[in-house]
Amino acid sequence: MIHTIAAHELRRMMVSPLAWVVLAFIQFLTALQFLDSVEEFILNQPRLVNYENPPGVSDWIVAPVFADVAFMLLMVIPIITMRSLSAEQRDKTMSLLLSSPISMTEIVLGKYVGTLYFLLIMVGMICVMPLSLMLGTSLDIGKLLASASGLFLMLAAFSAAGLFISSMTNSPAVSAVASFFLLFALWLIFWTNSGGQKLAGVIEYISLLNHFVPLLQGSISTNNVAYFALFATTFLVFTIRRLDIRRLQG
Amino acid sequence: MNTLLRATCLNRFYADYQAAKDVSITLNQGDIMGLLGPNGAGKTTTMDMLTGNLAPSSGSIEIKGIDLLDNPKQAKQSIGYLPEQPPVYRDLTVNEYLRYCARLHGIRGRQIAEAVERARERTGLADTGRRLIDNLSKGYQQRVGIAQAIIHEPDVIILDEPTVGLDPIQIHEIRELIRELGTRHGVILSTHILPEVQTVCNRIHILYEGRIAYDDASVEQQANPEILVRFSRPTDMDSLGKISGIVEIQSLENNGYRIIHDSGSNPADEIARVAVEGNWGLLELTPASPGLEQVFLNLTRGEEAHDAATDHENEKDGVAV
Repeated sequence: MIHTIAAHELRRMMVSPLAWVVLAFIQFLTALQFLDSVEEFILNQPRLVNYENPPGVSDWIVAPVFADVAFMLLMVIPIITMRSLSAEQRDKTMSLLLSSPISMTEIVLGKYVGTLYFLLIMVGMICVMPLSLMLGTSLDIGKLLASASGLFLMLAAFSAAGLFISSMTNSPAVSAVASFFLLFALWLIFWTNSGGQKLAGVIEYISLLNHFVPLLQGSISTNNVAYFALFATTFLVFTIRRLDIRRLQG
Repeated sequence: MNTLLRATCLNRFYADYQAAKDVSITLNQGDIMGLLGPNGAGKTTTMDMLTGNLAPSSGSIEIKGIDLLDNPKQAKQSIGYLPEQPPVYRDLTVNEYLRYCARLHGIRGRQIAEAVERARERTGLADTGRRLIDNLSKGYQQRVGIAQAIIHEPDVIILDEPTVGLDPIQIHEIRELIRELGTRHGVILSTHILPEVQTVCNRIHILYEGRIAYDDASVEQQANPEILVRFSRPTDMDSLGKISGIVEIQSLENNGYRIIHDSGSNPADEIARVAVEGNWGLLELTPASPGLEQVFLNLTRGEEAHDAATDHENEKDGVAV
């Protein structure tokens, strides 16, 4: 049942021009970043030879490109999730789901998994660019996979937050703006980490970026994976509760 | 009789405002129940509760003996719901949309295509399968909404104002469809069109200010039927009065009469015969609808309005016989 809703969600995304425009723009901007990194690598290559253990193509290109992409997607994810629940409520299509024999959890998970399918397509397309380097050089596939799963986990966490915001309002535009600010705040926490010593530990733990960077560098640790999983689960539970409350309070 | 739906003492609050007060509804197989009421009477709230879209503040709902609140997934299996605004995705085609609805209701594999085909045929959408819902007219979108409600052959079909926005031919077709559905399923439909209730429904509940103001087993019982007749020449009332089954005769202007007869008989034939024998020149003989409108107005407008209506009626009718 979750898959039915998820497949439907993906189909509806793909029949709207929005998804295609988003994919095209992301591809274009990623390409710019990618070319920039490649050029930098080529310029610096002569100097790198002198190092004993020089950073390879993967370190020079994949990690920075993915880090930049992640920030860019922070602005894009709210656009992808904005419709998922708020439009259903605005267009009164929610009652189709509510009067069908499916639980609220299945509805929310279906919506979420649908977004994840789309993210897989997106991350897959982004990976094509570094993979093209394999035509001329050898690539650390393990590192690329780690970076890609890091990016995916991060986006999955973003989407859960976006989905939750989308359940709070009937207006997709409000949902997009609010999700963007929420995600931006969580991102910014990392940079404002100059306050008191007491808070530093807490803030460091909350910040998305702190858990993202190690994944980009190729180290997939339980700690970081668990952080994203918890982050997503929390927002999904919030969303389910939110919809239940809507049903109770009307 | 096979009870399909039993709602007991449903209450629903929106903050301090109570939209439904002690609403109890029982639906049996073969029932086509009309839920009547002015705007804001709580029809949609009641239907939303019956279909699990809205949780009642108190009360219980059983669908085929399964509690909707304790066991929603199982109970919802037997419900088909068309809300006021058809829940259609405008960016999909009719087929895509109906296939999704079929899957949501647990229909799998090859049966999906059959279910979609059947639902489209029953709602007159046979030729529109590949069209985008957004490009369909309001009436056709409404049909897609109905198709969605019946695709899984539910035992209880709940339709919120199903004929709104349809042209007269479509209204006729939809009513036929509802009648047909009523033979095998139980149907609840809400409307504020009185003739619709009279032509389609065999049971009526009138909702007013959130409570069931009128609840009865059959439409026929609630008022004696009437026949309106008009002759070209003056008649003698006594010979009309002798016809069996006639309860009351009221004379209207221009040699017209309102003949009220009991619901068990139909004196139209006899009236025509007497008119011909007496050479009265029969101009008009119309079976009039029973006074449901009057019942509705009385219930919803309260006593004051009722008195006003009766006064007005007397003036118009002249002297009652």
